[in-house]
Amino acid sequence: MSWEPVIGIEVHVELRTDSKMFCGCAVSFGEEPNVNICPVCLGLPGSLPVPNRRAIEWITEIGLALNCRISPVSVFHRKNYFYADLPKNYQISQYDVPVAHDGWLEITVDGATRRIGIERAHMEEDTGKSIHLGGGGRIHSAEATLLDFNRAGVPLVEVVSRPDLRSAAEARAYAQELRAIVAELGVSDARLEEGSIRFDANVSVRRSGSEDFGTKVEIKNMNSFRSLERAIDFEIARQVDVLEAGGVLVQETRHWDEEAGVTRGMRTKEGSSDYRYFTEPDLVPMVIDERWQDEIRARMPELPAARRARYRGLGVDPQTAGALVGAPEAFRRLFDEAVEAGADARAVANWITGELVAWARREAVDPSTVAVTGAGLAELVAMVAAGELSASAAKDVLDGMARGEGSARQVAESRDLLQITDRGAIESAVDEVLAEQVEAVQRYRSGETKVVGFLVGQVMRATGGKADPRAVNELIRAKLDEA
Amino acid sequence: MSLADLTITEAARGLRERRFSSRELVDAVLERAAQTEAELHAYLTLDHEGARRAADQADEELASGTDRGPLHGIPIALKDNLCTSGVETTCASQILAGYHPPYDATAVRRLREAGAVPVGKTNLDEFAMGSSTENSAYGPTRNPWDPDRVPGGSSGGSAAAVAAGSALGALGSDTGGSIRQPASLCGLVGVKPTYGLVSRYGLVAFASSLDQIGPLARTVEDAIAILEAIAGHDPADATSWAGEVPDFRAELGRGVEGLRIGTVTELSGDGYEPAVSEAVASMVAELEARGARVEEVSLPTFDVALSAYYLIAPAEASANLARFDGVRYGLRVPGATTEEMMARTRAEGFGPEVIRRILLGTYALSAGYYDAFYGQAHRVRTLIARDFARAYERVDVLVSPTSPTVAFPIGERTEDPLAMYLSDICTIPSNLAGHPAISIPIGLDDAGLPIGFQVMAPALAEPLLFRVAAEVERIAGFDARPTGVAP
Repeated sequence: MSWEPVIGIEVHVELRTDSKMFCGCAVSFGEEPNVNICPVCLGLPGSLPVPNRRAIEWITEIGLALNCRISPVSVFHRKNYFYADLPKNYQISQYDVPVAHDGWLEITVDGATRRIGIERAHMEEDTGKSIHLGGGGRIHSAEATLLDFNRAGVPLVEVVSRPDLRSAAEARAYAQELRAIVAELGVSDARLEEGSIRFDANVSVRRSGSEDFGTKVEIKNMNSFRSLERAIDFEIARQVDVLEAGGVLVQETRHWDEEAGVTRGMRTKEGSSDYRYFTEPDLVPMVIDERWQDEIRARMPELPAARRARYRGLGVDPQTAGALVGAPEAFRRLFDEAVEAGADARAVANWITGELVAWARREAVDPSTVAVTGAGLAELVAMVAAGELSASAAKDVLDGMARGEGSARQVAESRDLLQITDRGAIESAVDEVLAEQVEAVQRYRSGETKVVGFLVGQVMRATGGKADPRAVNELIRAKLDEA
Repeated sequence: MSLADLTITEAARGLRERRFSSRELVDAVLERAAQTEAELHAYLTLDHEGARRAADQADEELASGTDRGPLHGIPIALKDNLCTSGVETTCASQILAGYHPPYDATAVRRLREAGAVPVGKTNLDEFAMGSSTENSAYGPTRNPWDPDRVPGGSSGGSAAAVAAGSALGALGSDTGGSIRQPASLCGLVGVKPTYGLVSRYGLVAFASSLDQIGPLARTVEDAIAILEAIAGHDPADATSWAGEVPDFRAELGRGVEGLRIGTVTELSGDGYEPAVSEAVASMVAELEARGARVEEVSLPTFDVALSAYYLIAPAEASANLARFDGVRYGLRVPGATTEEMMARTRAEGFGPEVIRRILLGTYALSAGYYDAFYGQAHRVRTLIARDFARAYERVDVLVSPTSPTVAFPIGERTEDPLAMYLSDICTIPSNLAGHPAISIPIGLDDAGLPIGFQVMAPALAEPLLFRVAAEVERIAGFDARPTGVAP
């Protein structure tokens, strides 16, 4: 009998607002410790929180992007627990009325598209950072702990999925799609390695076909998509091993050890946490009315899923559409402009995701500074379609365009890359070659038709490579066959 | 008579007539403190130097024609749970011994901007938890009317200072009666404004949804002058009232003719000292004689207001006081681990009443108990607001004793928390509803101890509240001075 994994993901997204969630301190990364602090984010006696309007707009954007319902009135709660880097020893968070709830996100794994439920997205504040000195940096053996409150009070959005994910690969796809959305909205740096987006996974297994939930284990400390996937795979296997050996799983939090490739139970005794949530009396309920929601919705960018669907609608194949969704914004804009200018969407998408992305990477150029325009790209595609440029010549032309040497035609002319499209000119070159290559013509006529390649090569040489080889090929065959 | 015995209004006039300077006024107040403090212990910190400097500045400004209004140059006392930049702020707790805030509370800043001269920080029940100022980690404050008795609390230090003349007015904070009850016990006017009218920024929180800063003064007019200086929207307090501040003087002098005044059935009877009940009844009769229409109103949920309060306030306090952990400021008692350090710091730093309320509040919020306690208390709170609303359909204001008793002897209730909690039975409902209320002295009992009269009004109806209070003050003609302390 086989086992089915049941996975839910909790995501913490640090918003990159100018100021913190409840005070005017700057939000920044990598500064000297304790420079962006004030009475409010230090939890000094008498200080009071004032919510950041921008953060509320941004969590609303996230909620809308995740197809959530937005609570017209939502409430802050205090989540009570003692920890040295939590200045007030409670975190201002949300409990029963989050800003956003009941949404979904579509993921595609191995060609299968599934809709993953989003339970909620709520607003909270980040904690400070503890730096443990001595004892290998672990709290239990540390000689001293230093505290940095620069991060304390940074706006944090927690997105909780429903336990709808069924494999580590799905979990990874979900995490990547969510990161792409947040990055697209521009509300977070969304950098895993800096912790500005953090993923925790709740993993359990159950007998295939069962509707019950197994014992849930929370895993933390995955700082790449790869480690998220590895950690979940490891944890699924571990749980199955325990259960098949007749063992019992405990509900616990386990840390992913990247080097060892295993999850480890934390030594701290957890018990069941009672956070004693209650309504934050220092804040009034947040009202996000229809009008404000509409304003927020109106300025949201096109999201990855919608964009992918639009590209597919223009005839771009799935793989190229996916690549284009992930391409730099400047290149996506270039695509839209080129299509707007009348270019074939499929060809433009191929040129951008193939040649242009590679060119920018090879030349280490910021995509937004590449000199290619939509109209220029449209012209290039049209010239290729008309046989004026060979594929290899077109790459050269694109290189010139990207370097600012002019329009497609200008570059093609200045670099002398135009193909000869004048039929008369090609015909006379063909005639000359056929007259010279008597032996080859004889072989063709005796049935050795593959010799045509040789003849085409001769014509190409004679024209300095500027004839369209297809046209030459056709012409040679026509002449030899009719004679 | 010493300058220290003037009302704020009288002193303001004297300053402008150049009969004396702010410096002389402040010196008189500091001299009075020097005479009385050993016995009363109204202050935890007296800022002689800062007060004299501010007084000199006020004198210079007044001499050069800059007039900041009625508080300019007036010595004011501040309850020690209001943050004062660079001046020790302890909340009468060991856990904040030596703590010097880096900023002024908004109310303190506004007082300074109005030219007031802060003279010092007054004693209180630790973190404002108490009704007698006996729960101070630094020793109790005594009542200037009888030093063997309590001044009330938790703003007992502020009340004693103003009553004794070691300040002309004071700020207190009122979570369940902590301004009005000590005002009543010390023969002063004390105001709890509408919730949100005065910014709480910089007030060390006890119970955030109930706390409100307000004045203690010798007259209604003095109290208005202080409230005018501190009221108004503050962007740093999300619960502060963003609308227009009512004109507190708009209805003064109109008397009570035609006003409908309600007496509260639930705030009378057993447990009320006869002298208190008689004085209140007699004042009600006087108001009626001046044209008020008096009727008795029942607000049944008042009977459970105290119980609801003692769940809501401790619950909020349990979170508000969690920040005192020895990590960033205040007392730190070392321990082998961070958790042990925190636990020891809190065990040693908090007094017994604070610990009692933190435990009570933690329990009330705990899983499995939340709904029966904290949740239920909130439903009661809603019902109390509904009872008030119903009463205000029939009457314009409600009146009652401020405290069931006059000042009680020191030590009498310290072993009996419930008896102590009953001191606030008349004042708590206004906090739960967020409404304004005022205590006005209306007489003395046979032992010469002051009796207070409470007027309650709907939210933002301060103009009406002050109109009635001024009339009560005029009728009472209360001008007795404390007799218990030299000079």
